[in-house]
Amino acid sequence: MDNISREPPLTLPHYLFIFATANLLWLLLVGEPSRQELILGGLVSLVVTLVSAPHLLIFGGVKLRIDAPLHLLRYLGYFFVALIRANLDMARRILSPSLPINPRMVEVETGLRSTLGRLMLANSITLTPGTLSVDVKDNHILVHWVDASPGVDLEAATREIAAGFERYLGGFLR
Amino acid sequence: MTLNPLELIVAAMLGVAVLLGMLRLILGPTAPDRIVSADTISVIITAGLTGLAAWLGSALYLDVALIYGILAFVGVVALARTIEGGRQ
Amino acid sequence: MRLLADLFLLIGAAFALLGALGLLRMPDTYNRIQAGTKAVTLGALSFILGIGLLYPEWWAKLLVIAGFILFTNPVGSSSIARAIHLAGIQPWQRAASDPQALKAPQEDKSA
Repeated sequence: MDNISREPPLTLPHYLFIFATANLLWLLLVGEPSRQELILGGLVSLVVTLVSAPHLLIFGGVKLRIDAPLHLLRYLGYFFVALIRANLDMARRILSPSLPINPRMVEVETGLRSTLGRLMLANSITLTPGTLSVDVKDNHILVHWVDASPGVDLEAATREIAAGFERYLGGFLR
Repeated sequence: MTLNPLELIVAAMLGVAVLLGMLRLILGPTAPDRIVSADTISVIITAGLTGLAAWLGSALYLDVALIYGILAFVGVVALARTIEGGRQ
Repeated sequence: MRLLADLFLLIGAAFALLGALGLLRMPDTYNRIQAGTKAVTLGALSFILGIGLLYPEWWAKLLVIAGFILFTNPVGSSSIARAIHLAGIQPWQRAASDPQALKAPQEDKSA
């Protein structure tokens, strides 16, 4: 939010992307793709796109490439594996009587330039084992670790987690 | 749809989860703790509302769940911004 | 089919319960956020998947709800974490003398 002014300007494909997203959301909410709904949804999406696109600069972070959906799917796969591992880890900690936690704060740098990219990376870090994104300052993300085991290089471990997500996020976000 | 015993257990577990969250809401001890528990409770209830939709067999409750989730999210973010100190 | 759906419902409720339990057990706000967010997000997703198996014709709206939870829950949690970080609250440290201490010394600074 602090660096929204550095967002690249929206191009025509981005307008089409916002229109398609609004249209898809309309169809999902309506649930039945009859002709009336398609026409009405198209009209509403058009109005929404024209009115709100100047306020949706965050969408400028989307890379509209032909292979972007593929990267998105691979990201989702990687993400869900991380989410399930995170939950098993958290379940083990909550259920063990001694509560094995040892919190620590670590900062990590990101190569993603857009607000949307950093938002998604911070979200992903929040849902991976033992980590919580606390603050995003420019290209630094402050991460809270639930368990800093002695002898583990946390900086490196955090960079590794961030790099794992960036590899996939970089395919469809700036 | 009538609930089978397993689903009754599921409903009871959700209820207990909300009650545990409520306990943290009451115990506090600080405002952020209460906001966290309110956030957690609202997500459990959003999921629970989809369960209610299934139980009563009415898709109307899905809209309720969606709107409830949106309002809860906006509320949590607004509260978080309110207690935010420091940087202007 | 119904048994599979019930299994997902059970997993979802179990994780929701775990998240709430973590909310109670964890010693400071950061850790409560961690426990609350992760477990409850997966719990809600699993529960909604179970409902989707019971009522396949509702998939579109359930997908919207699941996507919404998946996207907004970490944002909400991070905004709370950021607020208490900006308020100057430090993460809880286990007291060196008492490894089982469950008290959070910095807790009463905020609000």
